[in-house]
Amino acid sequence: MTVRRLADIQPDSFDFTPENRVWVDKQIRKYPEGRQASAVMALLRRAQQQHEGWVPKPAIEKIAEILGMPYIRVLEVATFYTMYNLAPVGKHFIQFCGTTPCVLRGADAIKAVLEARVGPMNAVSADGNFSWLEVECLGACCNAPMVQINDEYYEDLTAENFDKLLDDLAAGRPVQRGSQTGRRTSEPAGGLTSLTTWYGAQGNQHGFGTTPVPDNEDVRTAADRDPALDDALAARVGRDMPERHAEASGREAAADIGSNDTGRQRTGGEAPPAEADTGQGGLGGQRDVANARPEGSVAGTGTRTDDPVGVNQAESAAVHKPHPESAADRQESPPAPPADADRGQTGPGSPAAGPAASADKP
Amino acid sequence: MTKIVVDGREVDVPADYTLLQACEAAGAEIPRFCFHERLSIAGNCRMCLVELKGAPKPVASCAWGVRDCRPGPNGEAPQVSTKSAVVKKARHGIMEFLLINHPLDCPICDQGGECDLQDQAMAFGVSGSRFHENKRAVEDKYIGPIVRTSMNRCIHCTRCVRFTSEVAGTGDMGAIGRGEDMEITTYLESAMGSELQGNVADLCPVGALLQKPAAFKARPWEMAKTQVIDVMDALGSNIRVDSRGREVLRILPRINDDVNEEWISDKTRHIVDGLKAQRLDRPYLRKAGRLAPVTWAEAFAAIAAKVKAADPKRLGFIAGDLVSAEDMFAFKGLADRLGSPNVDCRQDGTALHPRHGRGSYLFNPTVPGIERATSLLIIGSNPRRESPVLNARIRKRWRMGGFPIQLIGERVDLTYDYDYLGAGTDTLQELAGKAEQLGERPMVIVGQGALARPDGAAVLALAAKVAKSFGAVSEGWNGFSVLHTAASRVAGLDLGLVPGEGGLDALAMAEPGALDVLFLLGADEVTVAPGAFVIYQGSHGDRGAHRADVILPGAAYTEKAGLYVNTEGRVQQSDRAVFPPGEAREDWAILRALSEQLGARLPFDNYRALKAALQAAVPHFAKVERVVPAEGDILGTLAALGGEVDRAAFRSPVQDFYLTNPIARCSAVMAECSVLAQGHMQQAAE
Amino acid sequence: MLDDKDRIFLNLYGIGDWRLEGARKRGTWDGTKGMLEKGKDWIINEMKASGLRGRGGAGFPTGLKWSFMPKPDPNRPAYLVVNADESEPGTCKDREIMRNDPHMLIEGCLIASFSMHANACYIYIRGEYVLEADRLDAAIDEAYEAKLVGPDNIHGYPFDIYVHRGAGAYICGEETALLESLEGKKGMPRLKPPFPANMGLYGFPTTVNNVESIAVAPTILRRGGAWFAGIGRKNNTGTKLFCVSGHVNTPCNVEEAMSVPFRELIDRHCGGIRGGWDNLLGVIPGGSSVPVVPAEQIMDCPMDFDALRDLKSGLGTAAVIVMDKSTDIIRAIARISYFYKHESCGQCTPCREGTGWLWRVVSRMAEGRAQKREIDALLEVTTQLEGHSICALGDAAAWPVQGLIRHFRPEIERRIDTYMANPHPEPIRIAAE
Repeated sequence: MTVRRLADIQPDSFDFTPENRVWVDKQIRKYPEGRQASAVMALLRRAQQQHEGWVPKPAIEKIAEILGMPYIRVLEVATFYTMYNLAPVGKHFIQFCGTTPCVLRGADAIKAVLEARVGPMNAVSADGNFSWLEVECLGACCNAPMVQINDEYYEDLTAENFDKLLDDLAAGRPVQRGSQTGRRTSEPAGGLTSLTTWYGAQGNQHGFGTTPVPDNEDVRTAADRDPALDDALAARVGRDMPERHAEASGREAAADIGSNDTGRQRTGGEAPPAEADTGQGGLGGQRDVANARPEGSVAGTGTRTDDPVGVNQAESAAVHKPHPESAADRQESPPAPPADADRGQTGPGSPAAGPAASADKP
Repeated sequence: MTKIVVDGREVDVPADYTLLQACEAAGAEIPRFCFHERLSIAGNCRMCLVELKGAPKPVASCAWGVRDCRPGPNGEAPQVSTKSAVVKKARHGIMEFLLINHPLDCPICDQGGECDLQDQAMAFGVSGSRFHENKRAVEDKYIGPIVRTSMNRCIHCTRCVRFTSEVAGTGDMGAIGRGEDMEITTYLESAMGSELQGNVADLCPVGALLQKPAAFKARPWEMAKTQVIDVMDALGSNIRVDSRGREVLRILPRINDDVNEEWISDKTRHIVDGLKAQRLDRPYLRKAGRLAPVTWAEAFAAIAAKVKAADPKRLGFIAGDLVSAEDMFAFKGLADRLGSPNVDCRQDGTALHPRHGRGSYLFNPTVPGIERATSLLIIGSNPRRESPVLNARIRKRWRMGGFPIQLIGERVDLTYDYDYLGAGTDTLQELAGKAEQLGERPMVIVGQGALARPDGAAVLALAAKVAKSFGAVSEGWNGFSVLHTAASRVAGLDLGLVPGEGGLDALAMAEPGALDVLFLLGADEVTVAPGAFVIYQGSHGDRGAHRADVILPGAAYTEKAGLYVNTEGRVQQSDRAVFPPGEAREDWAILRALSEQLGARLPFDNYRALKAALQAAVPHFAKVERVVPAEGDILGTLAALGGEVDRAAFRSPVQDFYLTNPIARCSAVMAECSVLAQGHMQQAAE
Repeated sequence: MLDDKDRIFLNLYGIGDWRLEGARKRGTWDGTKGMLEKGKDWIINEMKASGLRGRGGAGFPTGLKWSFMPKPDPNRPAYLVVNADESEPGTCKDREIMRNDPHMLIEGCLIASFSMHANACYIYIRGEYVLEADRLDAAIDEAYEAKLVGPDNIHGYPFDIYVHRGAGAYICGEETALLESLEGKKGMPRLKPPFPANMGLYGFPTTVNNVESIAVAPTILRRGGAWFAGIGRKNNTGTKLFCVSGHVNTPCNVEEAMSVPFRELIDRHCGGIRGGWDNLLGVIPGGSSVPVVPAEQIMDCPMDFDALRDLKSGLGTAAVIVMDKSTDIIRAIARISYFYKHESCGQCTPCREGTGWLWRVVSRMAEGRAQKREIDALLEVTTQLEGHSICALGDAAAWPVQGLIRHFRPEIERRIDTYMANPHPEPIRIAAE
């Protein structure tokens, strides 16, 4: 760990978007009265999501004010935990696991790719697409080596498939998260050695009378959730809402609305067209999983291969349409979502957003 | 009481003792860095490890309670060893770890000679290091005008962090980052906002935090140390004045649990440069509108001419805020001998008067008594500015819990939570009808913001009424507390420095045409109208000297012995650290010499005789270090005074904490602090 | 070999449905109310009878831990805190539970909380596990919706459960640091005593348990403590998730019986050692904190707490890091030392200063740029670090280096000799910095 300092160039002000403010209040209510400081980590994370992937100084002060803490206490937390980025990061922020289990499986080659393609650690690439950081064990050691890019894990990497992964990300093509060699999760490659009673040696049987899920990573898609259920959950008083609502507001609504489509890929530039591939095509063959569901056609909306929360579109649109500006997604040129004057600095549709954001980067 | 065996010696200690205390009770010395009696236990330096029989690892004695020790299999007392090989190895190891990244810059470090790390390395460390890597380098931090940093030296004991969050209550300091890159700093290197920040440098066991104004001036062993009583506020903090030759170099706190524990305010500590600036070092006489230096004889002759020509009823005497009891006694003696009834020590015009009984102007529950109180009502005071150390005591009590605080007056950050009741007399009057007792021992602090105003007497009566219904006085408890702002005030009231029959009070004396001759003894806070012939006797060229027609150069509080009585009524003896500059003399000696010239010779020839006369006149002045409790039904007497109150809001007389007296106003350090503090306040107001 | 019918984690690989519907079909939430009705004493006794030892690394008996909670006091609410801050290098088991079978954990939380009269539970999950936390959140919502948990649930025991996300600090896996972090402070371990059972979260009685310990509890109670105790060796009972990583042919997570011999574990589930058993150099059997064990000692060793302790190592989290003979063992340990230097919270002296020292010296040794006498000095420094810090991170930083010196001293000496003979080769690169 090196000395962590706040970035030299800081925005003048920071405030949570109205949706995030609602989310913040819910976070605070998770903890007993008078213990609102417990929410500091959640708030910092949300501020980071809202602010292009890093925590600016005004956000630290804002959070301190919301939670009634001295500034220094929030700064302590922000500098202690390494997941808070204190300076601008690339659009695809790569956390590279360099701990021993990954090194044993060839993490050095991955690091070489990063150094060659992206440059030195912590530096944002010239196109703003990438920056990387070596981090400690990310807890996916059976799928080593691996990296985390923004929220997603990419596992079982080799120099070749990692290089391709970066290509795809840079070009805005859809990518498969999780294992890059077709493993489902952390089962032994080549066939199960346990639980075969239910799933068969190849893991393709229907255990327990439930339908095997075609791919572990797209289980939470639009079809899985009933909007009415979510509304019912949302109405619950005094309870934390699942993060998916705000998650969507923070990172996805812009893409959703901007592209006028429900599918969101981790794209470099433009939002994907509705018929975007799920990214599974190439891997389905290798996996020979007896998929119950045809790929890429969940509810006819286009599966979101990298949707971390399986948020459904109806919900996303319903909750967030009135505030599209809340999405501080790092989209550089979505097809003109409605811009809001208040958030011109970071709003994706603002004409100032692009240059301002890049000016911040060293 | 619990039995415990330390190094084979059985001792009987209270169960709530820590092992460290138990070991000390048994006579074993335990090294420590992070542990401090007045701060929470951090247990992070690991220097105090001892071996506890039955425990798998050595334990941190500062954090391990005697009651946490398990008895032996047959109920034997727990056994602690502080000298075993395990302990020795642990100490060597910790010492080595502490030193690997600590610079070897003792020869240029101001802490050298009073450094815990140096001392303990000698006592408990090993010579030589096996560390061959580069030492860590840490950027120095700006944390304010008072404390200088040299962060390479920091050993991360977090005493400073704990002090600011626990005692000072401002939460200024913190440790950012983690692991070996952890750094102690303020929020983005802003200046600390506490009035007690200098204490962090005292707490720092190494040379990482040092007193900035005292940097690179002297080594601790070459300074003479004198026990002095502070006069910057009415608390009478116990201080140690370190001097070399004729120069005061620094001021440090002395430990006195009944008064200041071991904290002092920044004003107390850092007016050192003010003691050297703007000093009156010879007599002056105003000739043709300009002050010109003269000899003592000329000055006395000019005074004598004026005094002898004047009607005694047209002579006035005002004593200032920093004056010692002996000086006031001599001052009043002179006034009496000259036949003047116009004597006052209350230049702020406070309504307090000795005729209502001593209890009417004392901080009756005493400062340690704050910790026994069960609730607090503050009327017209801002204790944080009027006496920061006393405020820290209130905060200490508040942190213990079960201590509701209410405030009538200015709504300010006092470093603790309170219920804000209102701004002034309206609220007080409302409360008089319905104040309810909170807990067994309620306390009421009445500040000069409520009393030093034209309707002060009526406010005092009203406050007494509220205090009565609040239940502030009961059997064995007197919670009625007057918080003074002037160090000399209680002694002045004890000595009766108030107008005699038909006499004028301080404010009346300053009115145009009220007097022919006005004698100011260190009184700088009163504005004297043109007309009267003004004699100013004091140490600094401040407001009083500017108005004066004759200036008699006196001694500052570090330059004379004297008794002071603090706001509780505690009599404390101060010693002389250095001599006054130039021709300046101790005040009583000037008064004695002048009295002879005026034909009103004072009956003592040396300090000892003066003090004896004083103690004979007012016997409780002989009870040094103690508080003589006030007698009588104070609240009843006061409440009966009645009177009409004005509707104006209470406003603390201390608006700028750093510039309350002539010495502070001459200090560049205080000026810098003041500017910063004003900036802080503006920020807060935004 | 553990029979499939004795396995607890039936959706370990996420082949089945992770949601409530799927979980119910695997038996989760079956008869939960009945178990609660048997009372806390029954639950705690069954847990004690099962011999379950904490799965977070220390191996403290879980039933005993639950029994330490003080009597209910309306003014002092009790808390269950689940430690899902899985960060020990090599360990990736809790992740699978949370993303593939979150309802097992939620049901376990309800039962454990009930047994210690806690009405609220916080699951502290490491911040990097975004998907896992989202899954957990969604599963909790399902449980609320189905009234399995919540203030007014079908089990008749008011119970709230929350997810709290960490933000990248290994030290928060230490239980008191986790509580500090949960309170919104830096994750710096507290001094013990007082223990969390008396002064835990917000100063109230708290029990902190690992995800796996909690997740297995419902199945143990359903099938009986005796069933669980019948698997494995005495004092090392039950089933355990092993995370095998490193130089095996098919690294994987797998649930196996405790005390399964190392060779059987690797051959059956991991396709054997890369390059064959002769190519095995050493194994770190319980996550990076435990000392490495050389090949000849580990090959036929039962994988459990006691057997590995006898080898001066430990089962830890059962994160088995296998290294074949191609491994630069000194560099592997140097990287682990870097890990501890990076993750030291900086609170107490030995760990703050010692971890960096160890890393720097071991890194030099990996290059050979050292003196042989420094090996003993290094060993001495590890003993100065070990046992003197507030929490166990100091020990954890010292042990891997001790293991290295204990078993691979000749390798270090050879490296030094090579460097002395030719001190200008390409420097060996050490990860990070």
